[in-house]
Amino acid sequence: MNYFKQDLASLHADLVAKKYSAKELTQATFDNIKATDPKIDAFLALNEDAALDQAAKIDAAGIQDDQPLAGIPVAIKDNIVTKDLTTTAASKILANFKPVYDATVSTKLTNAQMVTIGKTNLDEFAMGGSTETSAFKQTKNAWDQTKVPGGSSGGSAAAVASGQVVAALGTDTGGSIRQPAAFNGVVGMKPTYGRVSRWGLIAFGSSLDQIGPLTRGVKDNATVLSAIAGHDDHDLTSSTQAVPSFASDLTDAASVKGLRIGLPKEFLGEGVDEDVKNAILAAADTYRQLGATVDEVSLPHNKYGVAAYYIIASSEASSNLQRYDGIRYGYRAQDVQNLEDVYVKSRSEGFGDEVKRRIMLGTFSLSAGFYDAYFLKAAKVRTVIINDFKAVLKDHDFIMGPVAPTPAFDLGAEIKDPITMYMNDILTIPVNLAGLPGLSLPAGFSKNLPVGMQLIGRPFDESTLYKAGYVFEQNTDFHLQVPTLGGQN
Amino acid sequence: MNFETTIGLEVHIELKTNSKIFSPSPVAYGADPNANTNVIDWGYPGVLPTTNKGVVADGIIAALALHATVEQHTHFDRKNYFYPDNPKAYQITQSDKPIGHDGWVEIDVDGVKKKIGISEMHIEEDAGKNTHERDYSYVDLNRQGTPLIEIVSKPDIASPAEAYAYLEALRQRIQFTGISDVKMEEGSMRVDVNISVRPVGQEKFGTKTELKNLNSFNYVQRGLEYEEKRQQQVLMSGGSVQQETRRFDEKTGETILMRVKAGADDYRYFPEPDLPALNISDDWIKELGDAMPEMPTKRRERYVNDLGLTDYDAMVITQTKEMSDFFDATVALKADPKMAANYLQGDVNAYLNDNHVDLQATKLTPANLAGMINLISDGTISSKMAKKVFKAITKGEEPKAFVEKNGLVQLSDPAKLQPIIDDVLQANPQSIEDFNNGKKRAVGYLVGQIMKQTHGQANPQVVNKLLMTALQQ
Repeated sequence: MNYFKQDLASLHADLVAKKYSAKELTQATFDNIKATDPKIDAFLALNEDAALDQAAKIDAAGIQDDQPLAGIPVAIKDNIVTKDLTTTAASKILANFKPVYDATVSTKLTNAQMVTIGKTNLDEFAMGGSTETSAFKQTKNAWDQTKVPGGSSGGSAAAVASGQVVAALGTDTGGSIRQPAAFNGVVGMKPTYGRVSRWGLIAFGSSLDQIGPLTRGVKDNATVLSAIAGHDDHDLTSSTQAVPSFASDLTDAASVKGLRIGLPKEFLGEGVDEDVKNAILAAADTYRQLGATVDEVSLPHNKYGVAAYYIIASSEASSNLQRYDGIRYGYRAQDVQNLEDVYVKSRSEGFGDEVKRRIMLGTFSLSAGFYDAYFLKAAKVRTVIINDFKAVLKDHDFIMGPVAPTPAFDLGAEIKDPITMYMNDILTIPVNLAGLPGLSLPAGFSKNLPVGMQLIGRPFDESTLYKAGYVFEQNTDFHLQVPTLGGQN
Repeated sequence: MNFETTIGLEVHIELKTNSKIFSPSPVAYGADPNANTNVIDWGYPGVLPTTNKGVVADGIIAALALHATVEQHTHFDRKNYFYPDNPKAYQITQSDKPIGHDGWVEIDVDGVKKKIGISEMHIEEDAGKNTHERDYSYVDLNRQGTPLIEIVSKPDIASPAEAYAYLEALRQRIQFTGISDVKMEEGSMRVDVNISVRPVGQEKFGTKTELKNLNSFNYVQRGLEYEEKRQQQVLMSGGSVQQETRRFDEKTGETILMRVKAGADDYRYFPEPDLPALNISDDWIKELGDAMPEMPTKRRERYVNDLGLTDYDAMVITQTKEMSDFFDATVALKADPKMAANYLQGDVNAYLNDNHVDLQATKLTPANLAGMINLISDGTISSKMAKKVFKAITKGEEPKAFVEKNGLVQLSDPAKLQPIIDDVLQANPQSIEDFNNGKKRAVGYLVGQIMKQTHGQANPQVVNKLLMTALQQ
């Protein structure tokens, strides 16, 4: 059985036609992961017994036409809690942690009868852009195992790119879905803030975090987003906006004719790799040829995004991560003398360097005497950035640009240089600050490494991004190129 | 040297909601440790708070009851600190935009009325509870997330007696709204106090100390009195007051140093990103305001001006809304207000104290109390007989039926009393002679004899009148 190049629709058709059973598909998935994962290390935990049981039950009940996801394996980033399935956020402080409840997205996938295959690697608590801060494993780029997979959803991106799963969930606080999607040549959506419930997402930057799908194609991505989106009584920041069937517009009739696209000049400025720039300019030409207009626009305050983001996200993180104190669950240091010892030693031993760096940065930014100059100032910058986007999106249907300034870089190249690492997020961070949807999709290659394009839309207008992404995909062949990893690939 | 005192009070009031402020766990007492908790209360990874709208409503009600301005565009903040009873390591509270601000209550100390300002009041979650044993410490999170309102006074309180009066005024007003039991002995009202003294004329406030372990209004007053004197003595002997926390010792009435404060704690407050801002509409405030009961001060005015009660009676009757409602309902059934007030603060209060119950938990009803009082007023029973009737109505018996069943009807008919009086006079010629010789005590003896003959059922007023007439003939 070779399902590597199949999309959701063809897997679904095969399952309905009983070309193979859900259990067989699930078993084949585990076999393939075991063959390929030693090369890329995408998974932190596999859910083998429960997944095979679940698949067998789905087979027994029968898969109907109106269950497009039933019996299809999916991977979940390991900062999303899954009942009885180890959830670590790639941190020693949560090593072997087995949650007693399911995240809303996990429940929704189960309700759609997707089969959770396992948990994918990430930067510790999603803090990083290369999956190198994981306490457990170094995930590699699916295209070149000397390169980083991006991050923090590096495991999910590599798993999808390598054909281990057709779809995976990631989370995106400052680019953590879009950048690894770009580095691995897959499609990743960071939905509008509030589109997907955060209940069960281990919080990093609460006002920025969103869960979204990574898939090989745009249509698959749209299908999965429809399944996980929607208001949730557990999350008061989740929106009551109706969730459209995002995939239903993605047909041969889909067109970008007449759409106005903004291309911010700041997105192609200094520090952006030539190949990346050329891929985006070529994509702009493609859109023009398809009947859209592409205007140069400006997001003048974009450059302040990184600084504002690292203050806001770190401040929220410094508070969110205080609960890991060694008292109720997770790692507790041994040989402690008193309460303060429990806190200091458990946290010193349990957290990695990058997490500690951000906790300190955030703690400092919120401290008396510094709050106004840092946190409050950053909140004001955030408003300015939101207004920049509003101005452009008033008369443009969406914004296009690169996802990251460069393709995937070498493993170990930037991990010792946090500022360079942080600057990689310069093109994705503003989208989180503004709470807008951002779609990352393959738009070219640079020295055999994928280059991603980012489409940024109006709040809750993922539909336009999917349509534009789909039309682009129909008129290009970047998404058809796949990495070679051995195994069944 | 003359000193003036400044006292600040922070009062925490526990709200009577069914569920917690940010989680659906029940708010209930006496459950096994951690029984009333869920993943939210544990501060589990990935959980999010949801706001109990009833708590916001209670916050608005408290603001209205304390004459405060309701902040219509407000939000929650995080207060960060580590402690095992604080599972998220932050408390969700309100810092920069409390739900109510700039309120006041009126107090009355020895007939002098004064307004005490309230700077702010905010809604927040309570923490859990730690208990320590020899080898282990235990954490019970049942109380974690119980909704609280914190009420902070302005530096207007100038004496321990004013502090007591302020607490009493606050307690009454909140009690009348029904949002809390406001009982210090049960922990639904908690008080943190700080006090400073300064020489009269000095502009800067003196250094303040905080007092702990003040578990009743009395202790608050006594602790403050001790501390006020202690600070004055320190200053008069040339010393300076340290910023410190002191513990009140109930036995000695003294305050004892617990710890010296080394500068302010930094709680790193910032807006709670998991909860949307609260936008409180005019309509909602109006709706809650319209449903508010008449406040105790208003009721006292009415009782004194319209019903002729004394200030003292009115004060006692308005201790709780239940008592005041009971009084109003009794008077509405045509009972004499003065008598109703006397019974409530006398027999009823004694009954409640003896049995350690709240009025609403008894079988007493306004109808039965009014029925009894009306039987006294129309002369059917004497106040003495009423003692028995009162006992009966505490058991839920209807007074008229009880009186009839037990033959307690008072003998007021002169035609029936006259022959008994004549008999008694005839049997006691010595007493008549004593009376004629100016010995008034003889009357008492004769009345006693008549009451004895009638088994206490004779109406004393009628007996007196008839007896005097007979004696003076």
